Amino acid sequence: MAISREDVLHVAALAQLELSEEEIARLTVELNDILAAVGKVSELDLSDVPPTSHPLAVVNVFRPDEPRPSLSLDDVFANAPERDADYFRVPPTGAAEESSA
Amino acid sequence: MTIDTLRLTAEEAKGLLERGDVSGAELRAAYREAIDARNEELHCFLTLVDSDDNEGVPIALKDVISTKGVRTTAGSKILENYVPVFDSTVAERCKAAGLQLLGKTNTDEFAMGSSTENSAYGPSKNPWDPTRVPGGSGGGSAAAVSAGLAPWALGSDTGGSIKQPSALCGNVGLRPTYGTVSRYGIVAFASSLDQVGPVTKNVRDNALLYGIISGRDDSDSTTVDVPPVELPDGEDLKGLRVGVPKELNEAEGIEPGVAAAVRRAIDLCASLGADVGECELPRSVEYGMACYYLIAPAEASSNLSRYDGVRYGLRVPADNYYELVARTRDAGFGDEPKRRIMLGTYALSAGYYEAYYGQAQKVRTVIAREFDAAFERFDVLISPTSPMVAFKLGEKSENPLAMYLADVLTIPPNMAGLPGLSVPCGLSEGLPVGLQLIGPQFSENTLFRAGHALELAIGFDTVPERLR
Amino acid sequence: MPEWEPVIGLEIHVQLKTRTKMFCSCEAGYGGEPNTRTCPVCLAFPGALPVPNETAVEWTIKLGHALNCRIAEHAVFHRKNYFYPDNPKGYQISQYDEPLCVDGSFVVPGPGGDTEIGIVRAHLEEDAAKTIHVGGATGRIVGSAHSNVDFNRGGTPLVEIVTQPDIRSADQAKRFLQLLRQTIVELGVSDAEMEKGTLRADANVSVREVGEQGYRTRTELKNMNSFNHIARGIEAELRRQIEMWESGGEVVQETLDYEVKSDLVTARRRKEEADDYRYFPEPDLVPLDPSTELVERLRIEVPELPGSRIRRFEREYELSYYDAEVLNGSAALAALYEQVALNGVDAKAASNVLMNDFVATGVDPAAVDGTELGKLIAARATIPRETFTRALTESGDPQFRAETYLGDALVADTAELEPLVVRILADNPGQVAAYKGGKQGLLGFFVGQVMKKTRGRADPKIVNELLRAKLRD
Ligand SMILES: [Mg+2]
Ligand SMILES: [Zn+2]
Repeated sequence: MAISREDVLHVAALAQLELSEEEIARLTVELNDILAAVGKVSELDLSDVPPTSHPLAVVNVFRPDEPRPSLSLDDVFANAPERDADYFRVPPTGAAEESSA
Repeated sequence: MTIDTLRLTAEEAKGLLERGDVSGAELRAAYREAIDARNEELHCFLTLVDSDDNEGVPIALKDVISTKGVRTTAGSKILENYVPVFDSTVAERCKAAGLQLLGKTNTDEFAMGSSTENSAYGPSKNPWDPTRVPGGSGGGSAAAVSAGLAPWALGSDTGGSIKQPSALCGNVGLRPTYGTVSRYGIVAFASSLDQVGPVTKNVRDNALLYGIISGRDDSDSTTVDVPPVELPDGEDLKGLRVGVPKELNEAEGIEPGVAAAVRRAIDLCASLGADVGECELPRSVEYGMACYYLIAPAEASSNLSRYDGVRYGLRVPADNYYELVARTRDAGFGDEPKRRIMLGTYALSAGYYEAYYGQAQKVRTVIAREFDAAFERFDVLISPTSPMVAFKLGEKSENPLAMYLADVLTIPPNMAGLPGLSVPCGLSEGLPVGLQLIGPQFSENTLFRAGHALELAIGFDTVPERLR
Repeated sequence: MPEWEPVIGLEIHVQLKTRTKMFCSCEAGYGGEPNTRTCPVCLAFPGALPVPNETAVEWTIKLGHALNCRIAEHAVFHRKNYFYPDNPKGYQISQYDEPLCVDGSFVVPGPGGDTEIGIVRAHLEEDAAKTIHVGGATGRIVGSAHSNVDFNRGGTPLVEIVTQPDIRSADQAKRFLQLLRQTIVELGVSDAEMEKGTLRADANVSVREVGEQGYRTRTELKNMNSFNHIARGIEAELRRQIEMWESGGEVVQETLDYEVKSDLVTARRRKEEADDYRYFPEPDLVPLDPSTELVERLRIEVPELPGSRIRRFEREYELSYYDAEVLNGSAALAALYEQVALNGVDAKAASNVLMNDFVATGVDPAAVDGTELGKLIAARATIPRETFTRALTESGDPQFRAETYLGDALVADTAELEPLVVRILADNPGQVAAYKGGKQGLLGFFVGQVMKKTRGRADPKIVNELLRAKLRD
């Protein structure tokens, strides 16, 4: 299950990382090594074993539907790289596509 | 009065304050003096705090712990100028207990590493030998406590980032049961594994600080109620069933000096009245690393998606949103976070999920079951914390897989959400060796009791020889 | 030419009207100055963690009941990973293969029988923030100068409902959505207003030849913000697909926007990588395991819903489908109708008055005392038209009593009306002559004159008799 340069580019695109040529080359090698090591998990036949996504057997933890104060605008924008009036400003996405909720 | 910060425990400091022998300001000044003297060499702190409204025992916090108004970088360039507008729950609880903040300690970037060399701000050094690493990711906290720059500190542990640096620096470090300490405000690495815990000079301090930070938190729905913390004071281990898991004690790569020190501690358990026996964790050790290096990177790849240059943190400008995000992340993340984001993204991506992430989650079940079985026969399991003593700076930094092996013994219990206490048990090559005590979930009091009795019997001097 | 059968499935997003957001305690709901309803959680500051809103979970289960879904004993939140400015964490907390509600059905009654639409699932998730595109030559997103993000809406609880591809026409889709909307509104879990975006629907559209097994390639139609636009959008897409197949072409899977002005669908530009969402269980949240007690309590709390109420009205009040549907236009109107009808008023008469005269007044049916209104309707033949209309207009008043208007009885006294009738005939000799010459239809004219002079208070029966008698003379 070797990982190719194309795989690295695809994963980098998914992860929104603009990698340099040097990084792409290095990561292709490193990810192959690491995947060879972690691929060990597939040695086990675990078809009857349920997955664990949480170490504690806790369920149903909720919050009452009661409003609490939000942040002040000063705090909201305290670390903002770019602000336009009371909005976070970003360059265009370049695609006529809304986030699909 | 003169305050020897190298030896003063937090409990003693508390006593001094309560009796009025010293003021909070004097205590703070003493630690600041120590910091001024030794931080330049050891590079424990990334940010120092000059004043605090509190007058209690000082504390240092790992720089993944959000502190309102105090820069919190997570050891990353991407958060270089980030100043949280809210406190993490643990920071809030420390404040409520009157603790005063000395500063924020160095960490591998986003807590990803075992040497603190992955910090974007340069490595911390081991107080026992500054040519060596203090362990990681919480190397800054461990080195600070070891070198008397703070009476105690908080770290965070995902694969071993409290236990392993505590072992390498000769401290007591607790990775608590998952869910006993709030993660609210902790810069996330791997959500199902991250846990904050104390790094201290001795076990009683550790129990004290755990008592302050633990307990259910409405802001973290994965937290639970915690049994009241008992300060240990016994000197024996009568009736305690101590298991020695073969695989955790005979794993490849355990240095002979480490094995010998741990063997002596195991013998000591028996002479303190414990019933010592052998047990097995066959697949936990063999498959634990692989399991961890799929689950942690997968969760990390998602947790680190919020660093997009939009609301806070570094931004590399571009004409297009996607370019801005990709460039910001390339410039802001170091090699290790990028490696793990790539690995984790791959493990979750279409066509690979079942073989990698899905299978790792099943291995996690296997590991938890093996520990459950062991705890049917034993109250505490014992092993080295780290297979090796502190290694040389740069020794493993070029080889990610070699570095990952530093956590081979701390990872299996972490996968099962178990608490683990690392207690110094002697020296090997003049460097501290840590003993890992593992208990079932919520057995912190048992670990404190065992750790305390062992610590008294071992009589380890926590002050690095070169600083005595 | 083959006969084509539309295959339509809908994906509906319903914004719940809880007081707070899904995973933080910020106020939810329409409005608010930009970014004033935000906190570390909904801005995704480092270390912030989600905590689920209990009411949102309960309302989703209720909605699941209304859709005849099976409520899962074990449900899980998943992370859906993708980058977009309105998605601050880089993932949306949603549900994936273990949603709260599954395998339901929703019955849409119609004049010709019921249509049952299968419900694949109804799951709980969080809404995205709002991105406002600023500047740019065309005002379209492509070429806009920059975008401004307001995180107020981000994190609002959203229920996503996915239907089976059981819908067979654009009109059916519209009727399904209208009844679904009313059901949601009556459950009290959402305002479900398309104009405000608290109800949004996308359509998956394909066609196949009648009798054909399996499905052909479908497209996803978005950006429709009224029931009519949805119907028109689907129509346009069906036309396009049929034309495509008939001209020997092939429909390709893509996401389309419907543009009202041109009545055309246009393809969206896609970002290829965005398709792999890398779903995995949200490690910051524990599973939802709704107890049987909770599920049953919520089942009991679900009121009678408009779909079944329409059928009951037809049955119990012997109304036409049309009348039953109109009276069920809102829960309050339906309830008022039942109150009126149960007060002994003829069911058909009550429905006529409510559907026409009453609805025309614009009075909120919820504010009306049905018993009093019933008395009024029962007596409508004995009071002047004008008085009746005025009474309906005032029926929402808390002080409204039918008696107040019943005193305004018709003038039926012949002695009082006779001089008036005589005068009107004297004033209109031309019309009298015409009537006598055979134009019997002019009787209505004379009645109208009398009514006008008496301001509607004359009893039409007596006036008729008087006029006929005088004109015979
Ligand atoms: Mg959705
Ligand atoms: Zn919020």
